[in-house]
Amino acid sequence: MKHFDVIVIGGGHAGAEAAHASARLGASTALITMSRDGIGVMSCNPAIGGLGKGHLVREIDAMDGVMGRVADKAGIQFRLLNRRKGPAVQGPRAQADRAIYRREMLSETEQRANLEIIEGEVTDFIVKKGSVAGAILSDGMEISAAAVVLTTGTFLRGVIHIGDRARSGGRMGDRASVDLANRIDSFDLPLGRLKTGTPPRLDGRTIDWEKLESQPGDAEPVLFSFLSEATSASQISCGITHTNEKTHDIIRNNLTRSAMYGGHIDGVGPRYCPSIEDKVVRFADKTSHQVFLEPEGADDHTIYPNGISTSLPEEVQLEYVRSMVGLERVEIIQPGYAIEYDYVDPRALDLTLSVRSVPGLFLAGQINGTTGYEEAAAQGLVAGLNAGLLAQGKESITFSRSESYIGVMIDDLTTRGVTEPYRMFTSRAEFRLSLRADNADQRLTPIAIALGVAGTKRIERFQAKMSKIDDAMAILTKDAYASKAIEAAGIKVSQDGSKRTGFELLAFPDVTFEHLININPELEIIEPEIRRQVERDALYAHYIVRQKRDIDLLRKDEAHIIPTEFDYNSIDGLSNELKSKLSISRPGNLSQAARIDGMTPSALTLLLSHLKRDSRKKSA
Amino acid sequence: MDTIFAQATAQGRAGVCVIRISGPQAFLIANTIASPLPAVRLAAVRAVRDAEGQILDRALVLSFEGPNSFTGEDTVELHLHGSIAVVRAVLRLLSGFDNARLAEPGEFTRRAMENGKLDLTQVEGLGDLIEAETEAQRKQALRVLSGHLGHKVDSWREKLVRAAALLEVTIDFADEDVPVDVSPEVNTLLTAVNSDILEEIAGTHSAERIRTGFEVAIIGRPNAGKSTLLNSLAGRDAAITSAVAGTTRDIIEVRMDLGGLPVTLLDTAGLREGADEVEAIGIDRAKIRAEQADLRVFLVDKYEELPVSVMPDDIILRPKADLLENPEGAISGVTGQGVKQLINRIQEVLSIRSLNAGLATHERHRVALQRSAEGLATAMLVLDHGPDQYDIASEELRHSIRALEALVGRIDVENLLDVIFSSFCLGK
Repeated sequence: MKHFDVIVIGGGHAGAEAAHASARLGASTALITMSRDGIGVMSCNPAIGGLGKGHLVREIDAMDGVMGRVADKAGIQFRLLNRRKGPAVQGPRAQADRAIYRREMLSETEQRANLEIIEGEVTDFIVKKGSVAGAILSDGMEISAAAVVLTTGTFLRGVIHIGDRARSGGRMGDRASVDLANRIDSFDLPLGRLKTGTPPRLDGRTIDWEKLESQPGDAEPVLFSFLSEATSASQISCGITHTNEKTHDIIRNNLTRSAMYGGHIDGVGPRYCPSIEDKVVRFADKTSHQVFLEPEGADDHTIYPNGISTSLPEEVQLEYVRSMVGLERVEIIQPGYAIEYDYVDPRALDLTLSVRSVPGLFLAGQINGTTGYEEAAAQGLVAGLNAGLLAQGKESITFSRSESYIGVMIDDLTTRGVTEPYRMFTSRAEFRLSLRADNADQRLTPIAIALGVAGTKRIERFQAKMSKIDDAMAILTKDAYASKAIEAAGIKVSQDGSKRTGFELLAFPDVTFEHLININPELEIIEPEIRRQVERDALYAHYIVRQKRDIDLLRKDEAHIIPTEFDYNSIDGLSNELKSKLSISRPGNLSQAARIDGMTPSALTLLLSHLKRDSRKKSA
Repeated sequence: MDTIFAQATAQGRAGVCVIRISGPQAFLIANTIASPLPAVRLAAVRAVRDAEGQILDRALVLSFEGPNSFTGEDTVELHLHGSIAVVRAVLRLLSGFDNARLAEPGEFTRRAMENGKLDLTQVEGLGDLIEAETEAQRKQALRVLSGHLGHKVDSWREKLVRAAALLEVTIDFADEDVPVDVSPEVNTLLTAVNSDILEEIAGTHSAERIRTGFEVAIIGRPNAGKSTLLNSLAGRDAAITSAVAGTTRDIIEVRMDLGGLPVTLLDTAGLREGADEVEAIGIDRAKIRAEQADLRVFLVDKYEELPVSVMPDDIILRPKADLLENPEGAISGVTGQGVKQLINRIQEVLSIRSLNAGLATHERHRVALQRSAEGLATAMLVLDHGPDQYDIASEELRHSIRALEALVGRIDVENLLDVIFSSFCLGK
């Protein structure tokens, strides 16, 4: 029997990132996928990043993950969202060339040391004494491992709906993993059902681009990876069209034929990514919706019309897309469909994404009720690292809400579960001003270095950058200037007699690094990139100090660990409802408990006293 | 775990003073100093001896085996003679034991809760329990936590969360179809909550708005000038005064601020026998209220007996100083003679009683509200700069919401617990 430290099942975004993370740790890793060609496939829209999501990609990159670098290579249109707003809410986003993305991800995966790709279908786990200890393939091959990361996305009992036609399948063209689903049933994990949709894919050669508004990328592209320097694929623009009254009429008249509305789907869909049927019904007073026409590649004539995902019958899809300006003669390459699938209630997982009741088994990606490549990849990173650490007999790693979006997401998932497919937003991060895309490396790369998962190039780059920032900070905080001197340099400040350092001045919204050079020419030597970084750090400095206090409070609550076996029924005075909620989500610490829906201050206080009493008993 | 001990009864001289010892060493310690320890739940008199075998006092000793005790731990009560010297000597003796220490304020109650002897609603409801034992400020703090202010805070929080959500939409969905200007609704919400919070802050200072103040009852024979004194203290005509005895029939309350302490002055019906039915009801009420009050001001002539007992700190004054030849120790609401001294005296007595950290809870609320209001004010300012600074506006809003959450105890639970328990008297 073959043996690996870690087996990763599934080669999607979660699986690829998990396999790479585990391999970077030095754990021998097998990535089992139904097809080598499935590695790095973008099954939904061909874009990476965005608000919150871009933050995740930066964080994955800061941990020396693969997604950011591959996206930079595949990017055909880069836009920094919220460019005019503050740096904390800016998110890098890129349209990606599907083919390049897949090719680059496969090549990264093939080249990675300690990582072997195995093609095959996993039909069962090897289970020893209740722990998962390997996988069995459909051809009978058995592979043993110390830990298994399952990243099967929407494959669990996936059902595809196009209008009133339904068939089983993970995504278009793939089989659903029925056998594996049965095995997972035997673990008796809490399951739920979700749905998601895709729009029809259009043939770009049949679109009248002349009539359309076009949206170019940024003149100065902002890339994902801290290691990337320039784009490599040729850059393109997207087109914009709109739905109109006629489009809406067509949709309204055919609603009963939609899988979503015709009663064929029970799963819950995402509110923030509604189907066009949803939009027309729920926002009936809106007579037009924006549709982005996104090319799927520089050499690909497939167009992804972002904003009109649907489960209407094929002929209705054609009718309504053709009702839009520029699309009058358009041809559909592949109809839009809705997919319904099982997910595992992520409250069954701990902060390492390990299934609490099944040792050795980790879950990552859409199977945990999330949506999006970035969310999947970030979970893959966490699960892959922890699977590797488990195999190596080392201590696990968890991410805090106060240090990363990754931490926010995992905490949200494992504490609150999901009611719709979970997507990252910047507003989910209460410490948003500290957790910026621009400082992801400063937050996480030291952790990657300490874990031993950062490559040499990453370490060198990071250390060089940090030493430059330190140098700049030394100059900026060394001297404080009188208001007269400051004003002489062209900066308006109140003449209140107080002295300010260069760093303090940078916190003023209108002050740039260049102003400061007038005051202190020493600053001239600082590189532009470092100047911008220091400006961003300075802008929120006041708030970050304040948030630090909140973070300390959070850490204090996080330090109150709740044992996995903690018996909530033993707490008299706790309502039955809360007892059951707590028993389901099993918060790992007091801070998580506080975020459980319906939690009251009284209940928390009660919980805390019991924790303290128990820990005293132990130490006594 | 430490074994803790403290005087469970009030400080000072008394007939009996109870020292309570609770914790794993309680029986061992008690058996050393008051040997032999009587069987649990059976009271017996024992000599309390120091390390040299000297008798400090003879005490009634009572022990409870955990979990069947107030704290849920092994507990021993020493009922000593209430001499300050005896109590001091026994406390010193107890301090000499390893792993034993003087209890922190509220620590017995805290252990009771941690051992599941009291659930939280009981602890929160302990306001009622404390009522008889501590001053009014604490009652208010606890009532606020579970009741009225909590609901208000919830409704503010809801509005602020709505406002925050509006801002977040423009941030997190910038790339999508949400061009509507959210600032008018956000402004409306923030302005409304801000003014409510400011009103609440102002209210915390205003004695008239505080329902649970110190009650100070003015009592005396009919026509002793109680109502005149009340009017003089309140600086307005709150009570009807006349030369006819028995003018005041029901209890008249005037709430006022005495040196930052909320005080409710009670003017009561004059106490006399043989009044008519209505006046008699008034007199009965007067007696009950006077006995429940935190402090009583007696307007009586020397050696006059009244059907209300005088308690420690109560103030006894002779009435109608303006009509006396020798007005020493007398007061007059008519001329104002002695009124200032009376106010000072009441203030002094009540300040001492309120020293015991009870005000901290109160202050905590005010500070949290203040912080929340500041966040809102800044948020509204920043909002004016337009969507480009919504990241800052929303941070201020978040800060404001967090302040409210801290007020009702969602964030730093442990701190909240400390505050609640530090407002309990030592040894309770």
